[in-house]
Amino acid sequence: MLVFAVTLLVFSLLYMMPGNPIDIITDRKVSAEKRAELVHQYGYDQPLHVQYVRWIKKIVTEQDFGQSVRYKVPVWNLMKDRIPRSVKLCGWSLLIEMLLALPLGLLAAIKKDSFYDRFSVNFTLMLTSMPSFWLGALLILIFAVGLKWFPISGFEHARNYVLPVAALTAGSLAGTLRLTRAEVLEVLNEKYVTTALAKGLPYRTVMFKHVLRNALIMVTVSVFMSLPWLISGAVVTEKIFGIPGMGNLLLNSIVVQDFPVVQAVLLIIAILTVICNLLSDIVIAILDPRIRIAIGGGDK
Amino acid sequence: MSEELLRLEHLSIDYKVKGGYLSAVNDVNLSVNRGEILAVVGESGCGKSTIAHSIMNLLPGGNEEVEGKILFKGEDLRKYSRKQMEAIRGKDIGMIFQNPLDSLNPVYKTGKQVEEAILLDGIDRVQAWNKVLELYKDVKMPDAEVRANSFPHELSGGMRQRVMIAMMLSRNPQLLIADEPTTALDVTIEAQILEIIKDLKKTYDTAIMLITHNFGLVAEVADKIAVMYAGEVIEYGDVFEIFEKPLHPYTTLLMKALPRKTKHEGRLQTIDGNVPRILDKKPGCRFANRCPYAMEKCKDNTPPEIHVSEEHKCRCFLLEEQAEGKEAAE
Amino acid sequence: MSSKSRETLHACLHNVNFMIGFFMLLSVVLIAIFADKIAPYGYTDQLVGPQFTSPGGSYLFGTDELGRDVLSRVIYGTRITLKVAVLGASLELIIGVVIGLSCGYFGGAIDHVFTFLTDLTWCIPGTILALAVVTLIGKSLTNSVIAIAMVCWASYARPIRAKTMSLKTMAFVETGKAFGESSVALMFRYILPNVIPSLIVMVSTTLPSTILSTTTLSFLGMGSQAPSPDWGLALSKGIDYIGSAPWLSIFPGIALVYTVLGFALFGEGVRDILDPHLKSQ
Repeated sequence: MLVFAVTLLVFSLLYMMPGNPIDIITDRKVSAEKRAELVHQYGYDQPLHVQYVRWIKKIVTEQDFGQSVRYKVPVWNLMKDRIPRSVKLCGWSLLIEMLLALPLGLLAAIKKDSFYDRFSVNFTLMLTSMPSFWLGALLILIFAVGLKWFPISGFEHARNYVLPVAALTAGSLAGTLRLTRAEVLEVLNEKYVTTALAKGLPYRTVMFKHVLRNALIMVTVSVFMSLPWLISGAVVTEKIFGIPGMGNLLLNSIVVQDFPVVQAVLLIIAILTVICNLLSDIVIAILDPRIRIAIGGGDK
Repeated sequence: MSEELLRLEHLSIDYKVKGGYLSAVNDVNLSVNRGEILAVVGESGCGKSTIAHSIMNLLPGGNEEVEGKILFKGEDLRKYSRKQMEAIRGKDIGMIFQNPLDSLNPVYKTGKQVEEAILLDGIDRVQAWNKVLELYKDVKMPDAEVRANSFPHELSGGMRQRVMIAMMLSRNPQLLIADEPTTALDVTIEAQILEIIKDLKKTYDTAIMLITHNFGLVAEVADKIAVMYAGEVIEYGDVFEIFEKPLHPYTTLLMKALPRKTKHEGRLQTIDGNVPRILDKKPGCRFANRCPYAMEKCKDNTPPEIHVSEEHKCRCFLLEEQAEGKEAAE
Repeated sequence: MSSKSRETLHACLHNVNFMIGFFMLLSVVLIAIFADKIAPYGYTDQLVGPQFTSPGGSYLFGTDELGRDVLSRVIYGTRITLKVAVLGASLELIIGVVIGLSCGYFGGAIDHVFTFLTDLTWCIPGTILALAVVTLIGKSLTNSVIAIAMVCWASYARPIRAKTMSLKTMAFVETGKAFGESSVALMFRYILPNVIPSLIVMVSTTLPSTILSTTTLSFLGMGSQAPSPDWGLALSKGIDYIGSAPWLSIFPGIALVYTVLGFALFGEGVRDILDPHLKSQ
């Protein structure tokens, strides 16, 4: 249902745009007959719902996202090299975010009001106030221009990805760290933590096995929910570091009004987001037995 | 008679609050002997739970100040390091909490949570699991095997409290602190849980510190009573002595507030007013403002602990008066 | 009444976040108001000095590729950012009141539509949807703020909806209903005054991200257009020269972070003061 609505939204959104796609690809000199012929060839003269059905049908049956009106090649050809680059960028960023945010957030909560805690709270506030494009610029300035450790741009080697991933991670890292801290603080107040300590478990075991485990439930939800942000961030990051990924493709296509490409990219991102939401539901169900029962349906 | 297990000496606990200190516990002296049940009774907010948590060194942390000694088998637990405390918890002293609904971790199976405690003693998993099932039978859990594989939210309140008891008895502690173990439960379940506690005391010879606001419950199980009011133990002694001859006006009033099974004397007696929050430690009897027998000196002088008999102590000027009265008569 | 406002004032004065944020914002507002007096040059004046002059001397922040004074452009940029803040805040307020209040009050079909649309907008990442919206309505600063508001409407309406729903069942509203007040009167005279604290909290906590999102759109070339002194736009030009003239991206960036941080601290302060319950969460 939601997927259907999304495809419809993506489709109709683009048709509300000003300008006729045919005008963009053709010269003013082209005759009216020739133009009409093109319109017919691309199917733009048919009613919207017919176009929509045809669009969906082609995608589902032939993985055909249509032709780019700009480059005159199938959209899929444009995307197939770019998708892995964007996935690489987002994937690493997500992984690093989790690996750093969870332990650091836990530590901040356990050592509440300590110097480290106050530092991390203020530092993350700084990070969230910092636009990712400026952070990217700073990283380039320091590590690429100044120290020359990493290349300014490019996308072939792993070294190229270090700075973009760092820039992309920073923003979401701050948010997840703060959330982890807040969640852990909440769980620390729970009675079962006292129980775990009362039965003689070592402090460290209690923190990891009981506190972090429960705090993870909400954190996981929010990480999945924040994936769209990560994807948006990737658009910006790709632009700064000149990585020809999906984000750059989308931006360029919007500028030149290459509708089929914009449609296809939006569609893929939207479907990805829907899948992520579904995955988050599944992961929560695994982490939280109370919800598992609710989904499984009633008592055993 | 039997060996002394736990002894609190001049225990005072203050919570730092905005604009001063809140005196939660003041100059408390108590002791629990091996295999004995001591009931700590009082209205909510009188500091009972604070004492219980302080013994385990499980106070929320950060804003409380503790003074005095907590002697367990002669050693001051307050001088113990975190590691030493971890070794004591569960092993020597167990603790059951008031609300079984949220004292079990919702994401682990109940049996696993009990097993977790047993494994601390270096027993292998198969044996540990068998011990869990055995314990479940000890606490009269129906369908032990099924329940051990259930998550906490799948069990009723009474069953969860059984799990807690099983967990805390799994390592045979010498002392069990039960903080209002039946308050959140139905009356019928309450009776069952009490039966279990009494049985366990017999089988394992565990000493129990039973914290409750329910005087009726005390009469059934306890050997000794400590009546608390506003952070102070105002009367302390053998259960029969106190029930027969309560000395402190507060104890008397509490007992009058008990519903009697035999006589119908119309309405139940209530005590006017509330337990005061003691912000500043000033001399004076803390019960004075609600006491029907309050005298002028009660307001500004702290009544001393008067030993009525070897085991029976009471903090009230009335006793002094009586003693003086007797002396004068002689 | 006066004792209550004195209490609030006291809470404000003693809230560190609030005070720091307040003074940071005050400085930004003052700079914006007196921009023509402070700035040495106009923001479009070209070739006031040589191109790409390093910071220092008579050009404190240096000059850009067209020989414009970066300091002056950063100073004038405060006006843009404050315009975004004011515009964004009013849009958020309107959305919060109209959608949040009516969904919460009427419930039923309107509310179902609301929930469905929320789910739908969550399927496409905010910035990307905003990009599409801007393409639709045309690239400009105002349009980019509108696009952000259209994309984020759910997060503005949601807290107000929840608050309204809980207020609706309260006795004083029921009393109003019993006196035969109309729905509109109930909504605006009974419920709205009680929602105002939530509204203020919502607006002040979401403003930083609204400003950041708008700047991001400008950075991507979908917001302010040249020769606007918009910091996002300046940064996007600056990136091209980052190797040779880093000051082009550093100074607008610092100004932006300073302002956003000011808003963020201010927002946290406001939330702590008006909604102490939320603080613990």
